Amino acid sequence: MASLVGSRVERKEDKKLLTGRGKYTADVNFVNQAYAYFVRSPHARAEIKKVDISKASKASGVVAVLTGADISNDKIGGLIAGWRIKSEDGSDMKVPAHPPLASETVNYVGDHVAVVIADSLDEARNAAELVKVDYKVLKAVVSTQDAMNSDQIYKDIPKNLCFDWLLGDRAKVKEAFDKADKVIKIDLINNRLIPNAMEPRAANADYNPSTEEITLYTTSQNPHLARIIISAFNGVAPENKLRVIAPDVGGGFGSKIYPYAEEVVCSWAAKKIERPVKWVADRTESFLSDCHGRDHVTHAELAVKNDGTFLGFKNETIANIGAYASVFATVTPTYLFGPCATGVYKMPAAYSNVKAVFTNTAPVDAYRGAGRPEATYTIETLVEKAARELGMDPAEIRMKNFPTQFPYQQTLVHSVDSGDYVTGLNKAMEVGDYKGFEKRKKESASRGKLRGIGLCSYFEACGIAPSPVVMMLGCGIGLWESAEVRFNPTGNVTVFTGSHSHGQGHDTTFAQIAADQLGVPIENIEISHGDTDKGPFGYGTYGSRSLTVGGTAIVKACDKIIAKGKRVAAKMLEANVDDVEFSNGEFVVAKSNKKKTIGEIAFACYLPGTYGEVKSPLPEGEEPGLKETSFFDPANFSFPAGSHICEVEVDPETGETKVVKYTAIDDFGTIINPLVVEGQVHGGLAQGIGQALYENCHYDESGQLVTASYMDYTMPRADNFPDFDLGFTCTPATSNPLGTKGCGEAGAIAAPPAVMNAVMNAIGTEISMPATAEKVWKACNENKKTNSEAA
Amino acid sequence: MKTFNYHSPKETKEATKLASSNSVFLAGGMTTIPSMKLGLASYKDVINIKGIKKLSGIKVSGKTLKIGATTKHAEVAQSKEVKKSIPSLAALAEGIGDPQVRNRGTIGGSIANNDPAADYPSACIALNATIHTDRRKIDADKFFRGMFETCLKTGEIIESIEFEIPAKSNYQKFPNPASRYAIVGVYVAKHKGGVNVAVTGAKSCAYNDKDLSSALTKNFSSSAVQNVRVSPSGMNSDIHASAEYRANMVKVFAKKAVEAC
Repeated sequence: MASLVGSRVERKEDKKLLTGRGKYTADVNFVNQAYAYFVRSPHARAEIKKVDISKASKASGVVAVLTGADISNDKIGGLIAGWRIKSEDGSDMKVPAHPPLASETVNYVGDHVAVVIADSLDEARNAAELVKVDYKVLKAVVSTQDAMNSDQIYKDIPKNLCFDWLLGDRAKVKEAFDKADKVIKIDLINNRLIPNAMEPRAANADYNPSTEEITLYTTSQNPHLARIIISAFNGVAPENKLRVIAPDVGGGFGSKIYPYAEEVVCSWAAKKIERPVKWVADRTESFLSDCHGRDHVTHAELAVKNDGTFLGFKNETIANIGAYASVFATVTPTYLFGPCATGVYKMPAAYSNVKAVFTNTAPVDAYRGAGRPEATYTIETLVEKAARELGMDPAEIRMKNFPTQFPYQQTLVHSVDSGDYVTGLNKAMEVGDYKGFEKRKKESASRGKLRGIGLCSYFEACGIAPSPVVMMLGCGIGLWESAEVRFNPTGNVTVFTGSHSHGQGHDTTFAQIAADQLGVPIENIEISHGDTDKGPFGYGTYGSRSLTVGGTAIVKACDKIIAKGKRVAAKMLEANVDDVEFSNGEFVVAKSNKKKTIGEIAFACYLPGTYGEVKSPLPEGEEPGLKETSFFDPANFSFPAGSHICEVEVDPETGETKVVKYTAIDDFGTIINPLVVEGQVHGGLAQGIGQALYENCHYDESGQLVTASYMDYTMPRADNFPDFDLGFTCTPATSNPLGTKGCGEAGAIAAPPAVMNAVMNAIGTEISMPATAEKVWKACNENKKTNSEAA
Repeated sequence: MKTFNYHSPKETKEATKLASSNSVFLAGGMTTIPSMKLGLASYKDVINIKGIKKLSGIKVSGKTLKIGATTKHAEVAQSKEVKKSIPSLAALAEGIGDPQVRNRGTIGGSIANNDPAADYPSACIALNATIHTDRRKIDADKFFRGMFETCLKTGEIIESIEFEIPAKSNYQKFPNPASRYAIVGVYVAKHKGGVNVAVTGAKSCAYNDKDLSSALTKNFSSSAVQNVRVSPSGMNSDIHASAEYRANMVKVFAKKAVEAC
């Protein structure tokens, strides 16, 4: 049988998903279910004086109206911050209480105040209008830049400062800067984004009073984590009495890693009223209350020699984490950001200093790339500026500073196991016809357009694990992954994974891996995920970790299956176990024609004895059945890298910018399915280009979300993109047996600086993201003015 | 959405009788239905006028093109008569919203709603349109009053819109990147009696830019546009475009329209 790893197998799940036969949380209905509608704060910051539910409680169809007082009386715990960060001075981070329903204060527009549960959604929504909340409105803190000098939001958190974190050595950096020929400085804003998964968040909780079990269907990237948090921290039900199912989920991009207030409230309420409680977010609720992404204000400096050699790097960043510290809010701007901020380069000295601030805006957490897009944007726009100021070619300055020996100990944290950055950039320049740019620029000019070219060379740390390292850095959970490979008696296979697919294509990729390992046809393999009652505990899907961590667990479980199969085959074939070899689904006794297929072995394991034609006694002491579990914790992160080249055309009359050519050369190590990987890169690029040119979350001064619908939040569309030219190089990872590196976030990491460097190259001026038409037009006009004044 | 009475009359008179201060005519529902769903509007009676046969259709007679009020955008976009008589109007219809909107939304609904960024109002003004209602004829110049405001009275139904066929015309739109409504849309039409430059998206309501119109009447060329000052005063300003930017885009898109004529 030919190997499936590396082949473009069409996605097994697409038939279901594309023909409307997927089953999402909103599709799940229970007999006698009630509907929840949340009363949300219309103010960014206010004290709650009184919540009057008397009218709402009496409204048609209302089953219950529950408030912060009820949730506090029932001792339901608050939402948690999952990663403990220490400040430079050694003190612990400061986080405010985050009750699932607020009782004293509300801290962003959309904050949860009460829930109305009724027989129908219309009745719940109408009754919600009758809940009268008496607010004392306070001045909101909105600006990231000014948050530390604004009114204090929480009594115990001075300067609205969660932590003031340092990674690196200030003294060494000073030394490096003292030796520099030139210091390149940059001030930038990493614009705030709203994730916009296609499927809005939803929950449907069913409580069985006789067994005291809750079954919670929810839109989660990580049902096991949801279960442990809702059990252990919110205290809604013990883990053994809580089953969490994340069925088909329509995208997450980080925003569905952890449980939100709504899942906690629906589960608690279902138990309280002894009826299933269903909630599905409308799009406005998604804009207001899904965790947002990015939102950094950064000052960075690069010390260089005149020949372009980098000597040192410093990064001073303020990161807005919103009103509360969400589960991965504190690690995103620290360990996921700081170490990668020195980029793909040899950097003798570096530090990253991050001040995380609270504001009266929606919580900010991991969003595709999580910290690494912010890091890459910082260093890659800085390096481009260095090239400009030194009069060097942007490719040349990058080449000069790439490490070439691997493993490479990166400046701040990571030991990068493998990579070949020179080959990657060379290939990108070749595929993207870097040399031919001047010609294309002339052609654009003949049509009145300004053409620009921008580069980005990135590396990132993903495949998030290993548990001992992340826990040492403050992580409140482990980050290994599990797999269970279960042979059915008739020889087909179900593989349970602790990761979760919400667009990544696990049904296909994981089945390819198992098919190769076991020699079983791919159509005889099912991948099962998303149900805490099926398969072992796992840590879900985010941080480009599923394949490198979860895929490896499948390989390890398959190894155990084969080891047992050899013992059983040896007994059945009357051979020595050491003489049994396994390949292409067959156990063969060396130097003989004696063999058994893996299907026959599975059958034997389930019928261990002799009866008529069936002759399959198991070896002495061997347990019947054929099912193995593996928990894999890798020794290192994985480090994908690559070089992207973007070309844009700017219309100076309108400021409109169009990406006209985009080349992405990525090193993801071994690729299991190029079709799936290309899809991941396309999606990442769409989000990265979206951040650079279109998307921007905008709160006004009072903390109202202005971009709360698609009328104002610019989601990119297919006509905003050219055809992407993709290519790959391959240096296999050494930290997992497949040699794979994560690919899910690369596009969103590499694209923003590539696009912005191209825009700045076209117009000759620094400009912030997103490079909207008006902003670019203004910059073009100012250039015109400056040029005519100079003349 | 609050409950309401739904009516589907077959005659204009019947529809008028059902109308009250708490009713709404449904001609395509591209604004009305979402507003009701979001709880921004509620009515006692929703009167669907799409079943009134005589309100739909396209007819060229002599120097005018007449389009029935409930004619869908897609029908205007694909109509041979429109493409032949006023191709810019067919192109405008093809550029409204998306296929779903174009196959539900109607011309009468669009101008009765008078969204500040709608496309059709600029066409009505540039093409010296006459709005025929169940009780009178109204010049486009007088029809559009302000943001979402027209001179229609309670219960008055638009029956058709009659456009003057110009010698030359073109519509150029600069779409909002998020909503794809016009940040600025400029309709230039050259008639025997002079040139009209109608602008949508820039102010609270579509209008005729008299300075651009008279400059182009004297000299129909993009250089004539260049010398006109378009003032940002009174123009919309939002997160997508400041008044100053819009004023400049009016000129840029007027030039594009003249060049494309």
